[in-house]
Amino acid sequence: MAPQGDPILEVRDLVKHFPLTQGIVMKRQIGAIKAVDGVSFDLRRGETLGVVGESGCGKSTLAKLLMALEKPTSGSVKVNGELVDVHKGSNLKRFRRNIQMVMQDPYTSLNPRMTVGDIIGEPYEIHTDVAPKGDRRKKVQDLLEVVGLNPDHINRYPHQFSGGQRQRIGIARGLALQPEIIICDEPVSALDVSIQAQVINLLERLQTEFGLAYIFIAHDLSVVRHISDRVAVMYLGKIVEIGKDTEIYDKPSHPYTQALLSAVPVPDPEGRESRERIILQGDPPSPANPPSGCRFRTRCWKAQEICAVEEPLLQIRPGTDHESACHFAEVHDVVHAS
Amino acid sequence: MKNPSVDTHLLPADSGSIGTEPLLAVDNLHVEFTTRQGVARAVNGVSYALNAGETLAVLGESGSGKSVTAQAIMGILDMPPARIPKGEIRFRGTDLLQLSEAQRSQIRGQQIAMIFQDALSALNPVFTVGWQIAEMFRVHKGMSKKAAYAKAVELMDRVRIPAAKQRVNDYPHQFSGGMRQRIMIAMSIALDPDVLIADEPTTALDVTVQAQIMELLAELQRESNMGMILITHDLGVVADVADKIAVMYGGRIVENAPVHDIYRNAAHPYTKGLLESIPRVDMKGQELYAIKGLPPNLLDMPTGCAFHPRCPFRQDDCVTDVPALHEISGTRSSACHYWREVLDGTAG
Repeated sequence: MAPQGDPILEVRDLVKHFPLTQGIVMKRQIGAIKAVDGVSFDLRRGETLGVVGESGCGKSTLAKLLMALEKPTSGSVKVNGELVDVHKGSNLKRFRRNIQMVMQDPYTSLNPRMTVGDIIGEPYEIHTDVAPKGDRRKKVQDLLEVVGLNPDHINRYPHQFSGGQRQRIGIARGLALQPEIIICDEPVSALDVSIQAQVINLLERLQTEFGLAYIFIAHDLSVVRHISDRVAVMYLGKIVEIGKDTEIYDKPSHPYTQALLSAVPVPDPEGRESRERIILQGDPPSPANPPSGCRFRTRCWKAQEICAVEEPLLQIRPGTDHESACHFAEVHDVVHAS
Repeated sequence: MKNPSVDTHLLPADSGSIGTEPLLAVDNLHVEFTTRQGVARAVNGVSYALNAGETLAVLGESGSGKSVTAQAIMGILDMPPARIPKGEIRFRGTDLLQLSEAQRSQIRGQQIAMIFQDALSALNPVFTVGWQIAEMFRVHKGMSKKAAYAKAVELMDRVRIPAAKQRVNDYPHQFSGGMRQRIMIAMSIALDPDVLIADEPTTALDVTVQAQIMELLAELQRESNMGMILITHDLGVVADVADKIAVMYGGRIVENAPVHDIYRNAAHPYTKGLLESIPRVDMKGQELYAIKGLPPNLLDMPTGCAFHPRCPFRQDDCVTDVPALHEISGTRSSACHYWREVLDGTAG
């Protein structure tokens, strides 16, 4: 389904700093982990936005902020044009019905003491208006069928299912309230290769069927490319490049995106000796003390004086057609060039 | 096709001492675990060979027996519950399974070393990394504490840990994931082993760090001409570094081939399915090919070919007869009754 119409989700300058404190009785703040530091994007109905980046870049904190599981330090999230007020219970309840999450690890995100029926039906306990009490069991069975599980297994416990089947249970729970947005935080990375494809196909089918919009967070770039309409690349709490999937993968203009793409092993041994590889030195800096100016400059081979002084804004750069946060943005096709 | 297999098979046995015997050969290895629910046959007749300077990738999903085979080679399986009822593991012609525990611990670390997936849980949190690397030299070489520490710093330099001299007294939690994996690598190459077994060495790491670690391993291998067994489920990593591949499924090797051959044209339906389920650029927007069903339960293996319940090309004899590992060429084999049809695309 092609994305269309007005944005369903508008995120503006979202910031989340976790305070670092010192002392036990007299706690004082000595700094902050800048997990998410000014992130803005739109998501349209039926669209999939892929979010990629290394661990510690803030992708999972971003997911928690969008779910209103964490209160943002500043910035705003609008759903269907309505501002989400994290301090107001009734507002939050309505909002949460519309945005749901599928977690990474299907082994720890399902309560082992609850039956599958109770797990999937639990959202109805809170949002009682969605399904009247007598109707719930039927609804849960329908959901099981939608995600490709046997509706007769409603009374089984999570341990009786395999990893892929558990992830389907997690997806069914996410669908229970008929949300418009689902945030998938690494939904297939804990699964075996042959099972990953099954779950990805399921997610795509559900998107077409229910017109869902996905935020798809993952570190596997080939999976992200397959499922996403647009892709955002994050580094140390900021989006460094965002654009259509073809723009990001075929015409990456930010050095970090180029390094990330070139580091992904290509499942084809032909020409592996001549393939271009940009190997970054060192690890990402700590988000508690990010470098001045451009945050990537400490690992960047293009860095010059200006990079330490002036922070590059996320904007369309000369010679490219999508936004990139680099003073020296330049399209360079790392995947196909050889 | 008539009997080239017999010739190639007889040769190494006859002239093993003059250098045709591979560095490490696993021959018809079986490993089973006694559990409360019954006997789990984790490895059912695995054979592979590794030469010096070569990289063998063992590819498989969880439960395929790839790690258990590696642990049997290292001699670090808990026995019981594990048992090795059959098979040989020959290192330079000697069957390791016949050696005493004391003799095996001489080989472990010095000749065959291993890198584990999760460096944080493989390193001891209450000792400094320098102490742990130096332990290799103190225990195996009887070096003095001081000399061993100097060696540890040297090794940390070699695996490119910045400021090794200052960091030698740090604890594992003070290092990042990539640096910890470098420390694991430093420990494993400390005594210049001939064989390095890397069990999912980069699975827990980010792609940019993964690229650094794989490059480091390749470089160390070039320097010392080690044989490397790379255990992984990542088809991308395999394509990048392997010379040959053994694909495992349900405790058996289902396909054995040089790396280029397998990616060009798989000879087993499982390998074919795996390769087709990778998202590809030109397939965007289409449904991914997915191998249906689930991996087999080791306590209750399917009859005949273990892959038959999931196989799109299944015939009647697949349900009843266990396929032998058919030789396709000198370097290639497939455990499928219909490998010819799978290869030329006429199966099913």
